[in-house]
Amino acid sequence: MNKVNATASLSPKDYKSDYKPVWCPGCGDFSVLASVTKALAALAVPREDAAIVSGIGCSSRIPAYTNVYGFHGVHGRALAVASGLKIARPDLTVLCMGGDGDGFSIGGNHFLHACRRNVDITYVVMDNQVYGMTKGQASPTTDCEWEGSKLTPYGTGVSTFLPLGVALSAGANFIARSFSGNPNDVAELIAQAIQHPGFSFVEVLSPCVTFRPEQRGWKDIVRPAPAEPTSDPELAGKRLLGDDGFNMGVLYVGNRPAYETPIEAKSIRIAKIERAFSL
Amino acid sequence: MPPDGPAESTVTKAVKRKPRTQTGKARSTAKAASRQTVSIAFTGSGGAGVMTAGQMLLDAAAKAGWYGQMTRSSGPQIRGGEAAAFVRLSSEPVIAPNNVFDIMVAFDWMNIDRFVDEIPLDERSLILSDPEAGEMPAALAKQPAAKADLALATVAKEVPGGRPNMVALGAVSTLIGLSEEKVVAPITKALERKGVDAIRASMAAVKAGRKAVKGARTDYRLPVSIGTDRKERWNISGNEAIGLGALRAGMRFVAAYPITPATEILEWLAPNLEKLDGSMVQAEDELASINMIIGASFGGIPSLTATSGPGLALMMESIGLAVAAEVPIVVVNVQRGGPSTGIPVKSEQSDLNIALYGLHGDAPHIVTAATSITDCFFTAQWSVHLAEALQCPVILMSDQQLGQSRTVADRPKAQPHVAKRLTALPGTEDYNRYALTESGVSPMATPGTPGTTYVADGLEHTERGRPSSQSKDHLAQLDKRARKLETFAFGDHWAEIDGEGETVVLTWGSSTGPALEAAKMVRAQGGKVKVVSLRLLMPAQTDRLEAEVKDAKRILVVEQSHSRQFYRYLRAFYDLPFEPEVFAQPGPLPIRPLQVQTLLTDGQKRS
Repeated sequence: MNKVNATASLSPKDYKSDYKPVWCPGCGDFSVLASVTKALAALAVPREDAAIVSGIGCSSRIPAYTNVYGFHGVHGRALAVASGLKIARPDLTVLCMGGDGDGFSIGGNHFLHACRRNVDITYVVMDNQVYGMTKGQASPTTDCEWEGSKLTPYGTGVSTFLPLGVALSAGANFIARSFSGNPNDVAELIAQAIQHPGFSFVEVLSPCVTFRPEQRGWKDIVRPAPAEPTSDPELAGKRLLGDDGFNMGVLYVGNRPAYETPIEAKSIRIAKIERAFSL
Repeated sequence: MPPDGPAESTVTKAVKRKPRTQTGKARSTAKAASRQTVSIAFTGSGGAGVMTAGQMLLDAAAKAGWYGQMTRSSGPQIRGGEAAAFVRLSSEPVIAPNNVFDIMVAFDWMNIDRFVDEIPLDERSLILSDPEAGEMPAALAKQPAAKADLALATVAKEVPGGRPNMVALGAVSTLIGLSEEKVVAPITKALERKGVDAIRASMAAVKAGRKAVKGARTDYRLPVSIGTDRKERWNISGNEAIGLGALRAGMRFVAAYPITPATEILEWLAPNLEKLDGSMVQAEDELASINMIIGASFGGIPSLTATSGPGLALMMESIGLAVAAEVPIVVVNVQRGGPSTGIPVKSEQSDLNIALYGLHGDAPHIVTAATSITDCFFTAQWSVHLAEALQCPVILMSDQQLGQSRTVADRPKAQPHVAKRLTALPGTEDYNRYALTESGVSPMATPGTPGTTYVADGLEHTERGRPSSQSKDHLAQLDKRARKLETFAFGDHWAEIDGEGETVVLTWGSSTGPALEAAKMVRAQGGKVKVVSLRLLMPAQTDRLEAEVKDAKRILVVEQSHSRQFYRYLRAFYDLPFEPEVFAQPGPLPIRPLQVQTLLTDGQKRS
């Protein structure tokens, strides 16, 4: 589980680096950065004991803007890096952060298996339904009729990916949705996700003001989920597949045990292993 | 012969047939009295127990104090396909596949055509086959080898619980001069869990097999003398040796996706990593496995993955990430026939190009190669050491021939190489992860260390680790990453060098064994040959190799690829004094010592 340092009193600012983000003015990711630092401060996680892992994309730039250990890898593989890190170093608090293209398209297979494997990491996806860094192409969560991309001028015509429903059926242990416009809610959900054992998935609707300016309107649509969180996958499934993507809050709290690494140290000497080959 | 006929007398008669006059040039020294090596092929359909017979024969021979090697060949089927166990035994260390098989035992003829090319036979060879299996296929019938019936099925049926493969084991052990007592131990060990009855039945079948060839020819026997002061010997496969060597160096995390012929590395490591408090993860694909080990190594744990050509191709992008972010990892590539799915179950040395040149961008990395089955142990240990010392990915090249073969050999020498990473001290002021040091290696902070947080980045970066697209930062970091490999003292391990002479064989990987044995034969005839097998392919040790060939009058390149990948590599990186001769043969047929020997001796005659 995650180390909590009760004596330290760090503020969210202490978790931020002095490096200026590449994000556009008004980008939702600024407030997600504020939320994650707030969550880490609230949990009093020592900076050296936290790691943020990301892939490629606008939102994946986030590790450089924090003051914890970070890993900015290749496109789509952040969950694999984060899983390897957490399994090898269970003492660390490991967060994986990125966008919808990185997580659900090029990294889709890792998303499925990270949910299944249920390693104790927190995955925060800043979903803006567009590839921002490559200047505005449709992502898996883009509405199939969106005609804003030169690459798919008539819309994608392809079913929209439902990350939360997929996460549930693949075995994620904690599922929540939030909106970057409500940073306190996002911070609270991330803190809960970190504390919940196993694989926790938080989708944060984070508007791309440059390529999807209409997403500014999300602030008027989002609403708290109409029901309390459930631990019943069947009920959660019904809710997740039935909602319009704007119900906010914790939507599923599972009770599967997290991926286990052997706790009991065996510390057998290698000479003993070698003996098996000796004639 | 009727299936229920008197098997014993028929077999004995046939096997007693006198060998024909020796005409084979290659075997002119192999007189019965001074035989040093004997080679046996067991063939049959999958499930017939071919591999078990081979394995037990190797174990029994080891008990008798002989050296040995067993190579497996099988079809793609999981069950019911074709299978062959090739066993070579000797009173001296076995380093290469044999030139010719002395004894072939065919359990049946199913799909035998797929094996015929892999089983060279001559007039001194003996084919033992079960008359119940039907007529011998033409491809074998026309071979110059002696042929004899061995009613495996009939004899086995007469023994309650007896199996034909144990009858074969009994017959072969007798023919090569192994006492019954030596066969007991491996059977007892292998069947321990199945109980006393199973062991008794197998021993009875072995006895029946021994009886079936009683009084047969004795020219396949190896000398039984064994020194009492002999060194400790190991029975180990190349894949197991890779795992053990890596553990020896301190590697403690593996993530991998199953792939033939590398899977045994993972299956061996899974329980043994746990014993040493390490972890093994079965990943969803090779993209995940390479990134998982990068994550674990970023966390401070020496990490490794193992794969074969198709998996290596998938990993390439992230190996580049490990170069850029300077994360130490070891990627073991157990080569098989390519391209694409190719020939998964058989060996080839055709992944050299992708290992050397497969990364995009200017991405200096290390490529090592094991030179023998036992050297898999050394090279794996050394590779983990190099990766950690240089904070750089190492691609360790093995192949199916090394990985899936077992050897009975002298215990490899203990090596000092361990994982030792330059780490950052807690609270280092103004910590720059990618500081421009003289050696190029800069302290790597381990998560958990206070005061040295940083971001490892695949983006080009400043010394601090901040993303940068400026030319000065790019140049500085390119120089730094190149400098690490240029200035490091790799020592004498860059190659295995055997002998002296104006004829130099340049080779690598599993082609080394046949080259070494060929050189030995040439020396026995008065010739002088030097063999140089490269263990460190990248960074190229230019001065060292050039020194080895500067006085050469002939250079012969030996490799198992179609497009002469190793030759092209040599031409690209080394200033050879003249154009070398090239013996490049693609898989899946192994390079045999006689092929190299013939090239060496013919060339000597020419000059």
